[in-house]
Amino acid sequence: MYAFHYHRAETLDQAEDLLKQCEDPKLLAGGHTLLPTMKQRLASPSDLIDLSALSALKGATYAGRILSIGALETHREVADSDIVQKALPGLARLAGQIGDPHVRNRGTLGGSIANNDPAADYPAACLALGAVIHTTQRQIAAQDFFTDLFETALEASEIVTRVEFPAPELSAYAKFPNPASRYALVGVYVAKTGNDIKVAVTGAGPVVFLATDLAEALRNSFTPGALDGVTIEPKGLNDDLHASADYRAHLIRLMARQAIATALGQTAHAHP
Amino acid sequence: MSTKPLPTLTVNGKPVSIETEARTLLVDFLRDALGLTGVHVGCDTSQCGACVVLLDGRAVKSCTILAVQARGSAITTIEGLADENLHPVQVAFQQHHALQCGFCTPGMILAAVDMINRSPTLDEEQIRQQLEGNLCRCTGYQNIVRAIKAAADEKRSA
Repeated sequence: MYAFHYHRAETLDQAEDLLKQCEDPKLLAGGHTLLPTMKQRLASPSDLIDLSALSALKGATYAGRILSIGALETHREVADSDIVQKALPGLARLAGQIGDPHVRNRGTLGGSIANNDPAADYPAACLALGAVIHTTQRQIAAQDFFTDLFETALEASEIVTRVEFPAPELSAYAKFPNPASRYALVGVYVAKTGNDIKVAVTGAGPVVFLATDLAEALRNSFTPGALDGVTIEPKGLNDDLHASADYRAHLIRLMARQAIATALGQTAHAHP
Repeated sequence: MSTKPLPTLTVNGKPVSIETEARTLLVDFLRDALGLTGVHVGCDTSQCGACVVLLDGRAVKSCTILAVQARGSAITTIEGLADENLHPVQVAFQQHHALQCGFCTPGMILAAVDMINRSPTLDEEQIRQQLEGNLCRCTGYQNIVRAIKAAADEKRSA
């Protein structure tokens, strides 16, 4: 990789100042996307600002049915957290499926959502659960946060500090991982609180999205079979060497069925 | 040049100064600066797990961490795992013939140490899932899984 200046921020203010002062800076959390990108010389920032010493961005709390997770919590910490497992078991299981164990020991919640990879897992949970992303400057609703392929609503000098997830009645995630990368070929997060049902899909399109037709069908009957009559249009879905758009459309229904079955505590059937 | 003291980390119990460029990867620092060649570069793309070391007890891919990021941390490589006796996971790998060419073995063993410390109640399926980040091209994994299961069972009954 190309040379750069390295800074370890001691405070959030210092990290923000560095973001404003440096020529072409990047924030470094777990580094498990950024460093491989730099090794391939697809990114060449002038400065890396390491956030790992900022304890204010760590930890998870649960109060008033809101689960708040610090941006620097690793996937392993989220997966293993008693607080997360109790408040939002679907989210703990999602975190335990990201990458592989060594990746989960480094990769962070904040890093994942700020990068907004179209096949990342967390964005689906954020969107389906109606999460609120807290930054050094403001609060951003998940539906306004993930704007496009690798694009978010974050300003250049803004840092994600934590994410608040309202705990639903039921929720679960199911993904069909790419067998090499473990990224989601298609991942579906389903969340239900009363009549408020959301189905968020990652991996299938250029950016995570809500499948409103599927959610509507589930409002009548929150069962895997309720999705059978719904048409899933492949138009606009990703079509690449990993999977065709038609196959991804097929997987959306399959993963949604599995997620609903898991949320209901049933054994998922592999095929409808 | 800054007059600040060089950042340090602990490697296999000994303090070490990180006297290197910011862009130096932890794996290159361990191999080239410290001569710890038990940590391997396999794929260099965060896939294969040959470069796994323990960072504060957790298995990490040292090809995807900068040496400077490890400042203040304690690193254990395969060279630092045994005391006067081999580590129980090393013994289990030996007894169950869990290696052929040996290239993936240091990463496999350190991944297994973290896996067993996290939970010694491991069944075969869990072990296979937890090995998703370590590739072996010789053994077909059978004996690796057997060795890890034996070491986990031993730890649980100890």
